[in-house]
Amino acid sequence: MTGPGSRSGPGPGPAAAPVEADRPTDDTDLRPDRPWLVIVWNDPINLMSYVTYVFQKLFGYSKEKASRLMLDVHHKGRAVVTSGPRERAELDVYRLHEHGLWATMEQTS
Amino acid sequence: MVDGRLDLVARHRFRRDRQGRFRVGIEGPERQLLAILPRQVQELLEHDDPSTARVFPVAYTDDPRAEADYREMMGTQLLHQHQRSLDTLAATSGAATLDEGEIHEWLDALEVLRLVLGTQLDVSEDRNTVDDTDPRSAQFTVYHYLSMLQEEIVDALASALPEGGTAPTGAGRGDAP
Repeated sequence: MTGPGSRSGPGPGPAAAPVEADRPTDDTDLRPDRPWLVIVWNDPINLMSYVTYVFQKLFGYSKEKASRLMLDVHHKGRAVVTSGPRERAELDVYRLHEHGLWATMEQTS
Repeated sequence: MVDGRLDLVARHRFRRDRQGRFRVGIEGPERQLLAILPRQVQELLEHDDPSTARVFPVAYTDDPRAEADYREMMGTQLLHQHQRSLDTLAATSGAATLDEGEIHEWLDALEVLRLVLGTQLDVSEDRNTVDDTDPRSAQFTVYHYLSMLQEEIVDALASALPEGGTAPTGAGRGDAP
């Protein structure tokens, strides 16, 4: 139904891409391409079926892969669900927040 | 996370018809609840009540400046989206059928209602029920009812997703491990 960056149906409004330009997070580290990890954390409210559905819908993952990630979150407390450049990661975090999931992002070290 | 299927027997309250609309099989008192609850939560959102904190998760846990920027940039948009969904749920709580956009807004509104109510009830994976004599018993019943509705909407929508996924393996986009 949807691939990365697209939305399904006329549901809640389009997500503007968060733009973070020209601001290195670490003034001493000029390596440009350390990817950012998008992490989803376990929480006591979200339904397992809903989290699996959100992973399928937002990232186009197969049901099997979405279920495996959901179970990783459930059993291990967290899972990396996507990774990439900062703007891409921030958009993914926002889309997860739109769906009520507890998502954070951090840069690989 | 919790397994919503354990709560109550599914009754398939949301069925997609041949026109692509979703028939809503909900009784009158339940519809009244779905008209009232969104307004109550709207008020909590407007007053930035602590029970709404879970609706606005933190993106950057170890970078307060980046988090403040993220909040400033995206916070209002996130709030408005949830407000629209809550409005739609209240406005269509009596509807016999929902279109695709409306049912997605129901799903979002139910998520917000559950996040707020679950926070108020301080639910955990091990404890999401109370004794009948507990003063919060009625609230827990509402919470589980909302969970069941959300589960049934997910069932109705997930069946339309491609089982094998649609993720391209484009350059520049790292995949989950």
